Amino acid sequence: MLIFTFRRLLISVPTLLFIALVIFLLLDLSPGDPMAQVPLTVPPEVKEKMRLALGLGEPGYIRFAKWLIQFFWIEPLNTVDHIFGTGFAEGKLRVISWQTRSPVMDIIYQRLPQTLWVVGLSYVVGVLIALPIGIYSAYRQYSVFDQAGTFVSMVGYSVPPFFSGVLLIVIFSVKLGWLPSIYDTTHVVNDWASFKVQLKQMIMPVMVLALQTTAQISRFMRASMLDNLNQDYVRTARAKGMSESVVVMVHVLRNSMIPVVTVIAMGVPGIFGGAIITEQVFKVNGIGQLLITSIQANDLPMVQTLTFIFAVLIVVFNLIADILYGVLDPRIRYD
Amino acid sequence: MTDPVTRPKTAPVIHNAVGPAQPAGLSALPRNQWLEVWDQFRRHKGAVAGLGFFMLMLLAVGVGPLLWDIDPKYIDIPARNAGPSLAHPFGTDQLGRDTLARMISGGQTSVAVGLMAMALSLFLGTLIGVLAGYFRRLDGLLMRLTDLFLALPLLPLLLVVIMLFRDTLRSAFGPETGIFILIVAVIGMTSWMQTARIVRGDVLAIKEREFVLAARSIGTPDRRMITRHILPNVMSPILVSATLGIANAIITESALSFLGLGFPSDFPTWGRLLFDSTDYLQQYPERVMWPGLAISLSVLSVNYIGDGLRDALDPRIRGR
Amino acid sequence: MKLRTALRGAVAIAALAPFVVPIVAPTMADAETQTGERGRDGEVKIIYWQAPSIMNPFLSGGTKDAEAASLVLEPLGRYDQEGNPVAFLAAEIPTIANGGVSEDLTSITWQIKPDLKWSDGTAFTSADVVFTAEYCMDPDGGCAQLAKFEGVETVEALDELTVKVTFKEPKPNPYLPFMGGQSPILQAAQFAECMGARAPECTDANFNPIGTGPFTVKEFRPNDVITMEANPHYRDPSKPAFATLTLKGGGDSAAAGRAVLETGEYDYAWNLLLAPEVIANMAAAGKGTPVSAFGTLVERIEINLTDPSADLPEGERSTLTHPHPILSDGRVRKALSIAIDRDLLVEIGYGQAGRATCNVVPAPAMYASDNTDCMPQDVERAKALLDEAGWTDSDGDGIRDKDGKKLSLLFQTSVNAVRQDFQALIKQWWSDIGVETELRAIDGSVYFGGDPGSPDTFQKFYGDVGLFANNFDGTDPEAYLAAYTCEKIPGPESQWQGENINRFCDPAYDELIAELGRTGDLNERGRIAKRLNDMITKDTDIVLPLVDRGRVSAHSNSLGGVILNTWDSELWNVADWYRVK
Repeated sequence: MLIFTFRRLLISVPTLLFIALVIFLLLDLSPGDPMAQVPLTVPPEVKEKMRLALGLGEPGYIRFAKWLIQFFWIEPLNTVDHIFGTGFAEGKLRVISWQTRSPVMDIIYQRLPQTLWVVGLSYVVGVLIALPIGIYSAYRQYSVFDQAGTFVSMVGYSVPPFFSGVLLIVIFSVKLGWLPSIYDTTHVVNDWASFKVQLKQMIMPVMVLALQTTAQISRFMRASMLDNLNQDYVRTARAKGMSESVVVMVHVLRNSMIPVVTVIAMGVPGIFGGAIITEQVFKVNGIGQLLITSIQANDLPMVQTLTFIFAVLIVVFNLIADILYGVLDPRIRYD
Repeated sequence: MTDPVTRPKTAPVIHNAVGPAQPAGLSALPRNQWLEVWDQFRRHKGAVAGLGFFMLMLLAVGVGPLLWDIDPKYIDIPARNAGPSLAHPFGTDQLGRDTLARMISGGQTSVAVGLMAMALSLFLGTLIGVLAGYFRRLDGLLMRLTDLFLALPLLPLLLVVIMLFRDTLRSAFGPETGIFILIVAVIGMTSWMQTARIVRGDVLAIKEREFVLAARSIGTPDRRMITRHILPNVMSPILVSATLGIANAIITESALSFLGLGFPSDFPTWGRLLFDSTDYLQQYPERVMWPGLAISLSVLSVNYIGDGLRDALDPRIRGR
Repeated sequence: MKLRTALRGAVAIAALAPFVVPIVAPTMADAETQTGERGRDGEVKIIYWQAPSIMNPFLSGGTKDAEAASLVLEPLGRYDQEGNPVAFLAAEIPTIANGGVSEDLTSITWQIKPDLKWSDGTAFTSADVVFTAEYCMDPDGGCAQLAKFEGVETVEALDELTVKVTFKEPKPNPYLPFMGGQSPILQAAQFAECMGARAPECTDANFNPIGTGPFTVKEFRPNDVITMEANPHYRDPSKPAFATLTLKGGGDSAAAGRAVLETGEYDYAWNLLLAPEVIANMAAAGKGTPVSAFGTLVERIEINLTDPSADLPEGERSTLTHPHPILSDGRVRKALSIAIDRDLLVEIGYGQAGRATCNVVPAPAMYASDNTDCMPQDVERAKALLDEAGWTDSDGDGIRDKDGKKLSLLFQTSVNAVRQDFQALIKQWWSDIGVETELRAIDGSVYFGGDPGSPDTFQKFYGDVGLFANNFDGTDPEAYLAAYTCEKIPGPESQWQGENINRFCDPAYDELIAELGRTGDLNERGRIAKRLNDMITKDTDIVLPLVDRGRVSAHSNSLGGVILNTWDSELWNVADWYRVK
C-alpha cells in the first residue's frame, strides 16, 4: 500500500500539471472579458489599454508559464518569508488578481475562516446526521422512521438552496426576527456572547447546506447497507451468536462503507470550493462567492488559482478514498 | 443487462453473490426473470404509488396541452398577478401568463431534460466506473480523467461549450431542439463523475469476491462477467445516483437558464419558474409552491420507483 | 446576472409614489440634530449587492468601486443632486465669469481650499493634484479614467494651492479632470512608487488610500466588507456624525432591500433593481424608505443596420458589406418602435423609478429633446408601415414575409429579470404586427465583454436587435452622442471595438458632432445635442429608447441626511448623514 501511495503521488504531479493546462486553455478560450463590468461610458480605447496593463497582450504560453512560476515558486517562497521572516520573495511578483490588484493567495486566506465555519461545519454536521439515518433506515427498512427519512431527504435534495435559503430568511429573519439575514464576516468570537452571535448567524446557512449533504449521503448509506444486510456472512455472524449491534455496526457497516467513503471523499474538496448559491443567499462571502464573482469578472488569475487548488484537493482526496478502500476491504489490491 | 430472452434460465442463479445457488428457476418451469422482477415490484406499495404518480405526471404534461389550450407564452396584462380562479386555476404570473399552462409546458422540458440527462450521466458513469474498476490497465487513465472533469470549473466550461456548439446545433436541429440537445449533453457530461467513482469502488471490491473468482475459473469472458456478475451487484448505488441525478438535472437546468445559457428566456421550465417566483415569495407564495411541489414530487416518485426496483432486482429478497 | 448599472444620472426626484418619499434637503429642525461632535452617532451600515473590489477608482472602472472610494477620496468638485457643480476640495467652481476658465476655453485654473489635511495629518497641496494627473496619464498604468484626461496638455501647480489644467484645443466642457466620483485626488506621497506598470503592486495603497473624505479605511476585505472610521482630520470638525461605517457587499438586490426595509439590519441599500411591487411590499414593513432619482440612464433597443446572418462567411457578418435585409428600411424600424407600449413597460419593470421616453438624452433639461414621436403605441400605423414597406403575410402563418424571406428577428439582451420580462412583452407586441422574434439572453460578463472571439458580445452584434441601458458620465452628452459616428463602427479590422454598434453612418451626423466639439456657448450646445438626439431617434429610428431609468435606493427610517444623487457617487454627501433620534 505504501508503494502504491507513493506511486500515485508521483503520477499526481504530471496529472495536476495537465489539469492546470486544461483549465488555463479553457479559461483562455472562454468568451468572457475582464472589462465586461466596466461601465459603457468608458471608451473602448481605454478598455484596450487596461487589458494590456493586465498583461492580456502577451501570448497564452507566456501567461501560463508566468502563472506556473508565480504559483509554484514565488507563492511558496512568500509563505516561507511569512513564517520565518526571511526575504526570499522580495520584489518578486506574486499571482495578482485582476479585479482587486492584490495577491490572490491573501484573499483566499481571508476567505478561509467563514468557508470552514459554514461550509465545512455543514459538511461535518451533514455527514454525522446522514450516517445514523442511513444505517437505521436500512436496518428497519420500510419502518415509519425509514419512510419519514426518505421523504425528508428527497424533498430536501430536490428543493434548491436559492429557494430554501430565501424561505428560511423570510421566516426567521423577516417574520420572526430571530436570526440575522446577513452574515458578518468580520465578527470575532472571543467569549460566550460572541459565540452565540456566531451561532445565530451560522445556523441557517449551515442547515441549508447540511440538508443537501445529509440527503445525498444517507441515501447511499441506506442502499449500501441494504445490499449487505441480506448477505450470507451476516446470517453466519448471527448464527455464531454475535450480538445484533456487533453484526450491524461492525460487519455490515464496514462492508457497506465503500460507496459512502467515495461520496464523502468526493465532497471534501467541495468544502474548499464553497457553496456558491448558499453563500450568495446568506452573504457569507466565502470562497464560493469569490469564485463566482471572479468568474463573472473574468479574473483569470484568481479563477485559475482557485480551480487549481480545488483540483489538488480532488486528486488528494480521491487518493485517500482509494487507500481507504484497501483498509475497509483488504481483498482490494492495486499492485 | 443483457437481453432476457436469450438467457432466461441461468439468470436467477448467477445473480446470487455468495453462497449456494437459489433453487428458484430449477424446480419448476423457468419463469421469465423480468416477470418475476415485476411481481416483486408490484408488492412494493411505495414503488407502485411512485410509478403511478410518475405516469400521471407524464400524462399530465404530455396530454395536458390538448386539454388546457392556453398558450403558455401568451401575455395577458390585465390578468397579471392573479390568484387561482376558474380561468386560471393556478393563477397568473407578473406578466399575466397562465401558470397552469406554464407548468405543463415547463414540465415537458424539465422531465425530458431530467430523464435524459440522468440517463446520459448514468450511462457514462457506469461505463467508466465499471471499466476502471474491472480492467486494471484502464483504471489509472480513466480515474485521472475523472479527476480532470471534477476539477474543471463548470461555468467557463459551459460558456465555451455554448460558444462552440450552439450555432452548429441550432442550424442542424432548430433553436429549441438544438439547445435541448446541448443542455442534456452538458448536464450529462458534467455529472457522471460521482457515479463513476462509486461504481468503480464497488467493482474493485466485488471483483475480489469468491463468486467472481469462481466464474472466472470456469472461463467466463470479460463481457459476460461484467454484464452478468458485476453490474447486477452495483445496481443499488446506481439507482440512488439515478434518483439524485434527476433532481440535480432539473435544478442545474434552471441554473443554466438563469445564467442565460439554457433555453430562450420566455421558455418555461420548472426550475426557471421556481427561480423567477422566489422574488415574489412573500406576496404570492402559491407561485413558488407549484413548481416546488412538482419538482419534489417527481423526484420523490422516482426515488420510490428506484427503491422498488432495487428490492425487486435483489434475488435474495425476491426468493422469499 | 450582473446588471450594468453604471448609473451616473440625473436629477429629478420622483415623488408621488406611495412608497417613494421625496427627499428634501434637511430642514432647520433637522439641522439641529446635525451639529455636535464628530462620531456622536455611532455606526452606520451600508449594503451594496455588488461588492467593491478595490478602493482606487483609477484601476477599476466599476461603479461599485468608485462609490466605495468616494467615502475616502474626494475630487476638487462634485455634481449635486440637480447636476450642478459644487466645490469640494476647491474653494469654488472655476467659470469663465470668475476667471477660472480662460475665455478661449483652453485652460481651467482650480483654487484649492486652504488648510486641507490628508487623513494622515499632512497638508493637501496642489502637488497632489498634479501627481494624480500624472498617475492616470501614465501610458503603462491602464488607468480606467483616462477618458477624463483626454485632450489634457499639461497640469501644473502655479502655487501651493493653485492648479492649472491646459488643454490641447478649446474644451467646451473643461470639468472632466478632478471632477466627480471617478476622478478624485490621490495622495502623492502614498502613490509615488505606484506609477505605471507598478500600479497593481501597491496593494496596501489601493486598498487603504489616504484621503481627504469623511472616512478612512480600517480594514478592507476585497469583494466582501469594508470597515471604516471617521477621518480625524476631516475639514468640518462636527462631521461625520458616525464614528464607524461598515460597507458590506455581495448577495442580490432583493436581499439588500430586505436587510434595510424589512429586517432593519442595515441603514442604506444601494441601487435596488427589483420589481416595483416587490419594493412596495418590502417598504410596507415600515422599517425604511425607498428613494429614487432620475439620471441619464436610458433602457433602449439598438437596431443592427447590417446583416448578422450566420450564412455569411465569418468576417462579413454584421459588417457594412451587407446591409440588413429587413432593418435597413426605416419604415420597418419605425413600425417596430411604435408597436411598443412604453408606459406599460415602465409600469411592469420600473414603476416610479422609470419614465417612458423617446430620447437617448433624457436629461439635463438643456440637452433633452421634447421628442415624443414614439408614443403612444399605435399598432394600426405600425401595420400600415409594414404593408407600405412591402412586408405582407402572403402564406397566412401570421408572420409577414417579402420575396420569400420571413420578417423574423433575433432579439438579444443580457440576463436580468426585468429585461427578460421586457423581451417577452415586446415579442408579443411585435407578433401582433406580424413580426416573429427569437429571444436570447446572454450572461452579462459575455454580452458586455469585448472578447473578439465570442459571437455574443454587444459590439459584435450577431443579432438583429439588442436591449440594454446606457448613459453618460457627468452632465455633458458630447462623448455619448459621438458614439454614433462612422469612425466608431466596430468591425473585424478593429477587433470589434467601437461604440457604434448600430453601424449607423451619416456624414451629416458626423459633421454636427464636429460642430458640437467646436461650440462653447451652452444654449447652442443644447440645440445641437437635441438635433443629434432627434436624428438617431425620431428621424431614423436606429435607436428605440424605451425607459428613462431612475435609480432606487433605500435607507432606514433612522438614517437622516440622505440625498440621492445620480450625477455623482451615491454616497457623495455621506459626511452629512446622521442618526434620526
